[in-house]
Amino acid sequence: MSESVSSPTFSLEALRNGDRKEFARLVDTFSTPIYRLALKILGDPQDAEDILQETFIKALSALPTFEGRSSLSTWLYRIAVNEALMMLRRRKPETLLTENDGGDEESGNGESTYLIDWCCLPEEELLSEEARQFLDHAIAQLPENLRLVFWLRDVEGLSIKETAEALGLSETNVKTRLLRARLRLRELLSDYYRERMEVRREEDAN
Amino acid sequence: MPTKKCKALLSQLSEYVDGTLDPRLCKVLERHLKTCEDCRVVLNTMRKTIDLYRTVGESQAIPNEVRERLFYRLDLSEYLKKRP
Repeated sequence: MSESVSSPTFSLEALRNGDRKEFARLVDTFSTPIYRLALKILGDPQDAEDILQETFIKALSALPTFEGRSSLSTWLYRIAVNEALMMLRRRKPETLLTENDGGDEESGNGESTYLIDWCCLPEEELLSEEARQFLDHAIAQLPENLRLVFWLRDVEGLSIKETAEALGLSETNVKTRLLRARLRLRELLSDYYRERMEVRREEDAN
Repeated sequence: MPTKKCKALLSQLSEYVDGTLDPRLCKVLERHLKTCEDCRVVLNTMRKTIDLYRTVGESQAIPNEVRERLFYRLDLSEYLKKRP
């Protein structure tokens, strides 16, 4: 889990030279993760679609000068994140992704009372329609800067380094945010699944 | 109840889960985990949390019509293969 998931390789030369077929392959490979990311940031399908299109339009025009210092995927994520955050700021001007924003507050998770192991719940309970909705609800409660780190690292499988590059943060900062995001989500989910365990216990008793 | 030691080790759990924690710190953490059920619960449920989000996230594909509009917008419709 420490490295990013493997993705198909692309010919940078073909892409730089405007090879349409190779670009179509790139679009096909990354349209889903870019769309998911935009949706996660903006929460609105139409906005997410706009960002998706904007990302690839920008990428297409910037490819001839892409130097390849980061991977193509990281570069695409970075364009998408910037576009999505710009849109978000137009809507809510106070939203900013800075190095310290949200990173320094005391999480207080150390004394968590949610120390119930709910891993033993059956899969159909952990991933029920209601549970999926709760997962969405829980991640939406995270501050933007924690949510993005968690999403890129843990859902899309980018490495710490790639996540840092995509978000323009230091690796240390990514690690700090990742820990906070994971602890916070774990706590929220523990609250939910503990209730589910209690409900099941009651049902079994009757 | 969580002790001071639990709280100190909590900050290392994330790197431990990723397999990037320094081996010496790993040993200390693993020794603690053997005797502390609370920390084991935090570790297990943190792993499960990541696991659930990954499972759900990966199952969310781009809707077909969004993908089609993207290809048209980029003038790539000739490469638009139908998905199985």
